[in-house]
Amino acid sequence: MSGLIRAEGLGKTFGGTTGWLSGKSDSVRAVDGVSLEVARGETLALVGESGCGKSTLGRLLLRLIDPTEGSVWFEGRDIASLGASEMRRMRQRLQIIFQDPFGSLSPRRTINQIISEPLEVFNVVKGRKARRERVAELLTKVGLPPGYMDRLPRQFSGGQRQRIGIARAIALNPAFIVADEPVSALDVSIQAQIINLMQDLQRDAGFSYLFISHDLAVVRHIADRVAVMYLGRIVEIGSKRQIYSVPQHPYTQALLSAAPEPEVDTVSSRIILEGDVPNPSALPTGCTFHTRCPIAQEVCRVKRPSLDEVAPNQFAACHFAKPNPIPIG
Amino acid sequence: MSALLSLRSVSVNFGRGEKALRVVDGVSFDIDVGGTLGLVGESGSGKSVTSLAVLRLIPERLGWSTRGRIEFEGQNLLDLPADKMPEIRGRDIAMIFQEPMSSLNPVMTIGSQISEALFLHGWPNRAKRHARVVEMLRLVGIPDPEGRLGAYPHQFSGGMRQRVMIAMALACSPKLLIADEATTALDVTIQAQVLELMKKIRSDTGTAILMISHDLGVIADICDRVVVMYSGRVVEVADIRSLLQRPAHPYTRGLLESVPRKGQERERLYQVPGSVPMAGSVRQGCPFRARCSVAVDKCAVKMPPMFRFAEDQRAACWVSAEQSNAPVIEDLK
Repeated sequence: MSGLIRAEGLGKTFGGTTGWLSGKSDSVRAVDGVSLEVARGETLALVGESGCGKSTLGRLLLRLIDPTEGSVWFEGRDIASLGASEMRRMRQRLQIIFQDPFGSLSPRRTINQIISEPLEVFNVVKGRKARRERVAELLTKVGLPPGYMDRLPRQFSGGQRQRIGIARAIALNPAFIVADEPVSALDVSIQAQIINLMQDLQRDAGFSYLFISHDLAVVRHIADRVAVMYLGRIVEIGSKRQIYSVPQHPYTQALLSAAPEPEVDTVSSRIILEGDVPNPSALPTGCTFHTRCPIAQEVCRVKRPSLDEVAPNQFAACHFAKPNPIPIG
Repeated sequence: MSALLSLRSVSVNFGRGEKALRVVDGVSFDIDVGGTLGLVGESGSGKSVTSLAVLRLIPERLGWSTRGRIEFEGQNLLDLPADKMPEIRGRDIAMIFQEPMSSLNPVMTIGSQISEALFLHGWPNRAKRHARVVEMLRLVGIPDPEGRLGAYPHQFSGGMRQRVMIAMALACSPKLLIADEATTALDVTIQAQVLELMKKIRSDTGTAILMISHDLGVIADICDRVVVMYSGRVVEVADIRSLLQRPAHPYTRGLLESVPRKGQERERLYQVPGSVPMAGSVRQGCPFRARCSVAVDKCAVKMPPMFRFAEDQRAACWVSAEQSNAPVIEDLK
């Protein structure tokens, strides 16, 4: 597989100016030196708790926000340095699916207007009638009756709205789609429908996903590779099999064991992390996870671990990651 | 064990006459003293309305009405005069909600919020209240409870706020704690902490728990028995082991199979087709039939009654009942 999109030392700091009341600096390092690559046709899952920077990273890859440092290479060009008109052309190839199917569709526009807008803006399909036909085709693809295209978003359920959001995202035949918690707002029985749909579309069109989620169960099904984020940094990245059966970072291990599953007799070996995620504007020294880590030593408080290869294509940022892991669970 | 809380044919209607919407329809279940019961369902299944009915928090003035029997320690709460309910609410039955930020008063310190609950339920002595508040905060694992009494809700993280909510709910030693999606808004590592805390509280204090959640994983973690609701009706009631290993209702099976699980790598996820109907919108036959893979003609005509599948397992499905020769349950009135 060849690389489609690649981030190098990508970072984003929000704020940083002194507040006019407090006089204190309140900059937040949302993404800190992230390097990763997504291959053509691949799904990379990005997992972490709220506030870890996963949505910011997704938006940086699409350049919906500008990075503070680093670069994003897409189809051989650094999109972080593109001018406005070049970036605009590039946008056809980069799309996003949002979490909230209620807030992400304009309530006063019909489904046809919502989905045909990108076709019109980029002049991909010329003429109103041709665009209607293309919208009908897209609706069929995402499992909605084409006859619904003149309805408004409020006439659809959450799952149907998410289908509309997906139809809009694939309308321009993108190469890379960031799906930001696309099923978190949906009922369990509807989640499976949307995940299956996303996989079917990927199989047909061959685009890549960055699938952002806090839910390890959902990711387990859809991902080829998984990256785990904590406080703006990637702490572990590897194939789905590596992450789920031989996780090396204690945070990955804790995340995996914390999610309750509908099974009997599975509670015995749960790792319960103490405390909360630290304030991102006052990060701990050394390894940022040391304040909650069950195996932290003195070195973790002082020295920041680098993201090192612990097995072929599996990287973990932990002083105590073992090079030759024994499978668990 | 005797039932602490027992619901019999409880229905909640919104509106009157022909247009009335039956949001909860003929719900019956029991919670034992010190037991833990899970109430599972998707959005609009009527699970939260059922819990509000137990506390008589259904807004009757707005055209809602509750029918049936809700017996708490042998007394029908629906027969109780309205001014008696506040004595039971908070003291005997306490509730914690999903959103810990909007359920706490932002302009009151957490110490005085917990203290207020105690004051209203027969703790006139200030010093004793203070000691109790500190004790409760320590029980739920707030570090430095003495020093945190004067803190406001915004000074706590989401997980800590939910701990404060639990401390407040448990301050009067209730016999029943209703937790409505209490861990849904929390991150998974914090959810694990709160679930661990609830298990500890159950074993330390013997408080019965009614856990409302859409997440069968959370329910399996903490509950002995489970009630599955769909479109305002109970479709299955069972002990947790039977429910997970031999679900009787096709909806329960669908719910279990649509969750991707460890050690079950599949090409495609099992999916229940269609969408969740609004409670009360299906007026004839089984409300699940439109999405059911095994539905037969009979399902469209007649609502299935409860059938007994095992000693502690009952489900409302014509097809499953015929397959396992399960008898109709007559005595649930």
